[in-house]
Amino acid sequence: MINEAIDNEQLEILLNDVLENHGYDFLEYSHASIKRRISRLYALDNFVSFAEFRYTIKSDKQYFKRFLEEITVNVTEMFRDPSFYRALRNEVLPVLGTYPFIRIWVAGCSTGEEAYSLAIVLKELNLLHKSLIYATDINPLVLEKAKKGMFPLNYLKQYSENYLQSDGSKDFSTYYTANYSLAKFDESLSGKMIFSTHNLVSDHSFNEFQLILCRNVLIYFDKDLQHKVFNLFDSSIEKLGYLALGSKESLDFWPRAKEYRRIKTEKIWRKL
Amino acid sequence: MAETITSAKCNALIIGGSAGSLDVLLEIFPGLNADLNFPIILVTHRKSGNESLLSDLLQSRTTLRVAEVEEKERILAGKVYIAPADYHLLIEEDKTFSLDYSEKINYSRPSIDVTFQSAAEVFKSGLVCILLSGSNADGVEGLKAVNNFGGKVVIQNPDTALMPYMPLQAVTNIEDSVVLDATEMADFINKLID
Ligand SMILES: C[S@@+](CC[C@H](N)C(=O)[O-])C[C@H]1O[C@@H](n2cnc3c(N)ncnc32)[C@H](O)[C@@H]1O
Repeated sequence: MINEAIDNEQLEILLNDVLENHGYDFLEYSHASIKRRISRLYALDNFVSFAEFRYTIKSDKQYFKRFLEEITVNVTEMFRDPSFYRALRNEVLPVLGTYPFIRIWVAGCSTGEEAYSLAIVLKELNLLHKSLIYATDINPLVLEKAKKGMFPLNYLKQYSENYLQSDGSKDFSTYYTANYSLAKFDESLSGKMIFSTHNLVSDHSFNEFQLILCRNVLIYFDKDLQHKVFNLFDSSIEKLGYLALGSKESLDFWPRAKEYRRIKTEKIWRKL
Repeated sequence: MAETITSAKCNALIIGGSAGSLDVLLEIFPGLNADLNFPIILVTHRKSGNESLLSDLLQSRTTLRVAEVEEKERILAGKVYIAPADYHLLIEEDKTFSLDYSEKINYSRPSIDVTFQSAAEVFKSGLVCILLSGSNADGVEGLKAVNNFGGKVVIQNPDTALMPYMPLQAVTNIEDSVVLDATEMADFINKLID
């Protein structure tokens, strides 16, 4: 990792190959980050030359699956940013609770920790029975994991601390059963989730929602692509619906940001 | 060696630090000239939670503008940027910042290695990196990349560092570096102005 394993020119070549041969468009991803992921994969899988690496990605379908899994960053947590979940619990979801039916889209859900956190809050507000959470990601492998709702037990201490800080007041351990090294979350939670692949770059709007969460995904996109995705979200949010972003992401420079109003200090906007 | 460093043009200065580095930063900042013609980027290991604490502390000691990095923000000369807690900080070819929420490196996010490495490729010989006190080996791999791309490496003198492990690893592993005491650093940085 000391020298550049993959330089900018080679990166461009690889991303064009991927688009042409596999239909995934990463050209508008932030270069620094995707370059780092690809260089890491090159080193990890012990390729000896760029030509070999390029050929394998281009022509080996099985390897491309691995490529997709490894270059997307799937790190996530339950109740990450407790103050964000506090705002959902105390300000956003009670408003949506006045609707007969609540549709939520978690875009870039990774292995599902965010969707399960949301379902727990909905359950505690007695809203889960009339809610449906659509959880999507570009990476099919993480969705398989998300469906199972099993998370490493050694993270649960941190998650339950996050949960308490987010104003959760139940005993967090009632939501899962420990099974060897995994915590299996209650099926009443996953029962209200629909998992599906969806690529924010190339796929279209598929429903109208009252709340869209897309957190820590847009940091991987360049500004133009971010704006395209905001347009996609805009066409998928009902009037007076909400859009929630990651703690370092913002709607501010999107030309139509004026049509949204931010909720206090959180990265949550309401469509006017 | 210090000669060649002060004569080269500095396009960006990155300071990486861990345990024991806050005192050094507080020592450096009051001594900085107000007319720096390059950006200063700080990557330090800290807990998320009290986001503005470090920037407030430093802002009270300098007239340079100090702020946490915003995602995709353009990097400007004369400003001090702080890497946000819990994200890796990367530099884009067009001199903007990107954030990355991938796995921790050296048990750290932000990792100093990640930023040094990424900046080395972009700023090449225009980069100056300083590694301060700390008790893990984060930063050392990054400094190797800085050296390889022609950038300059400065290491806090381990003998005067609160936590000598990190600078000691760097001194041992980096061929081409300048070793300074905390009290010498502000002066050194001011001399990078051209
Ligand atoms: C860092 S994770 C964020 C997980 C979660 N939202 C959170 O904040 O903890 C980013 C996720 O975005 C997904 N992703 C990346 N590009 C995408 C795209 N074009 N369409 C949909 N999902 C994408 C990745 O597969 C990954 O699971």
